[in-house]
Amino acid sequence: MSALLSCRGVDVTVGSRRLIRALDLEVESGQRWALVGPNGAGKSTLLLVLAGARPADDGTVCLAGRRLAAWSVEDLAGVRAMVADRWIDPFAASALDTVVAARYRLRAGAGPGAPARGAAAGKAALRAQAEHGETVARECLAAMDCSELADRDVRYLSRGERQRVALAGALAQETALVLLDEPISHQDPRHQIQVLQALRARTACTFIGALHDINAAARFSTHALLLHGDGRWRAGPSATVLTRAHLSPLFQTAITEIDVGTHRVFVAES
Amino acid sequence: MHSRLRAPVRLLPVLLVAAALSLFAALRFGSVDIAGGALVDALGDLLQGRQNGSLAATLLSLRLPRAGTAMAVGGLLALSGALLQSLLRNPLADPYVLGVSGGASCAAMLAIAAGLGAAAVALFAAGGALVALALLFVLAHRALFARDVLLDTGKDSAILLTGVMIASLCAALLSLVLSLAPDGRLRTMVFWLLGDLGGASSPALALMALATWLVLGLLAQRDAAALHLMLGGDLQAYTQGVPTTRVRRRLIVITAIATGMAVALAGAVGFVGFVAPHLVRRIVGANPRQVLPSASLLGAILVLVADTIGRSIAAPLQLPVGALMAIIGVPVFIWQLQRP
Repeated sequence: MSALLSCRGVDVTVGSRRLIRALDLEVESGQRWALVGPNGAGKSTLLLVLAGARPADDGTVCLAGRRLAAWSVEDLAGVRAMVADRWIDPFAASALDTVVAARYRLRAGAGPGAPARGAAAGKAALRAQAEHGETVARECLAAMDCSELADRDVRYLSRGERQRVALAGALAQETALVLLDEPISHQDPRHQIQVLQALRARTACTFIGALHDINAAARFSTHALLLHGDGRWRAGPSATVLTRAHLSPLFQTAITEIDVGTHRVFVAES
Repeated sequence: MHSRLRAPVRLLPVLLVAAALSLFAALRFGSVDIAGGALVDALGDLLQGRQNGSLAATLLSLRLPRAGTAMAVGGLLALSGALLQSLLRNPLADPYVLGVSGGASCAAMLAIAAGLGAAAVALFAAGGALVALALLFVLAHRALFARDVLLDTGKDSAILLTGVMIASLCAALLSLVLSLAPDGRLRTMVFWLLGDLGGASSPALALMALATWLVLGLLAQRDAAALHLMLGGDLQAYTQGVPTTRVRRRLIVITAIATGMAVALAGAVGFVGFVAPHLVRRIVGANPRQVLPSASLLGAILVLVADTIGRSIAAPLQLPVGALMAIIGVPVFIWQLQRP
């Protein structure tokens, strides 16, 4: 079985700065990768490249063995979802509608297996499909502890609540790969744990997430990619990559590692 | 703060009934009112292709094309407004903002100043709309079509600002043409700029306008679900499976054709493209699947009613439909805004 996502010699350049040079990466199905690095190191930009929303400046990215550029926008949405770190809500919409809308590719009447319009049996099938969509959306909201928010207007949610609704939307897309840009940046301590646990519980999903919090990254991920922001990078299993020896030069700050029994905790020294 | 949303309202059936009623009123009232019975008789004869010869039939043959044109114009402008407000995620957008109708007005004024006939004026207006659109495509090319501009920052305002600049240029050219035009034609020009359906008497043109409205409305509706996702930003829509660049291009072309057609038929009718989508969104929410058809139909009703009043209230004088609509519409809109 080949890797779900693979990068070969990928360069990421923003303006005149080359943030990532010749990145080789193999992401296997079921792995959870944390992208770790200082501000402006290219974590979000790399996520855009992996999502197919931005071309790599050099090298190739393959998803399920096929070059990203060869995928259609619609097929791609069936395989990978993405949660950005900002949301645009210009008009009123309920949280549930927002999550249901994320299933655009799976919506009633879309896709090759969709029943013909107008037929009585077709109408029943369409309705069943729409109801199924709403059921999935409610399940995903529940997984993100958002059941209470289903009927609320997304414009009036707190940023943390809005972030969890966005995460629920990505899960509702039912994709093999989910890209996350700072998925817990707005969460309180309880929800930080809750969100990461809910994501880990989706063992069928592969996650690649940019995470600022080293401790969250260490607890969530199976693998980590360290990005220095000057072209250098380091990839490998979290246990070997997320260590004091690697993290201190990465953040140019002395970082202490404390073993608290169940897991390791990283503390930046002042 | 009403953060909990109400259940969606079925607005379309209500609007269909309202449209039928306003169409009936548009045929019945005017400088001469037709009695209800005579109107029904004349309509029946007209539908069966019989020559009736009565006064009602004569009036009907004048009022029916005008009513049809009015509805098509309102529908097309409101459709454009609804599309642009969603595409640019800006509630202030309307067909005038991209300068498309500015271009149309400019060209039409040139045609009138040169003493050309009504058909040529309409053609010039459509041509001017297309020129303004081509200009926008060239100037805002990066923001509109660039493949990697998915981060949304500044993208919409780049399109909006380019449109506003084109509109300003058109306004300047327009005042130039007005200041140089011969006195005898100024009245025609001003009426055209205010929006005027006085020349809409051709059944063929009315049918063509209605057909265009229907076709463009259906085409836009096919992209309504995609447009709904694009409200949340192009990046998010893209990752959810919407080919954002293609949808954007398609909908802007639809907007341009709709605006060009409306302006060619009735001159610069303002306000409706801005206000109809607003009123509809307050009732059905922001989902373009509901907003597009409802706003379009409401726009048709607004222009039809305004034109009926314009024909009747000071008969035999005819008041320009654009001015009337704003005079009635602005207080209604402000009253709506004040409500929680």
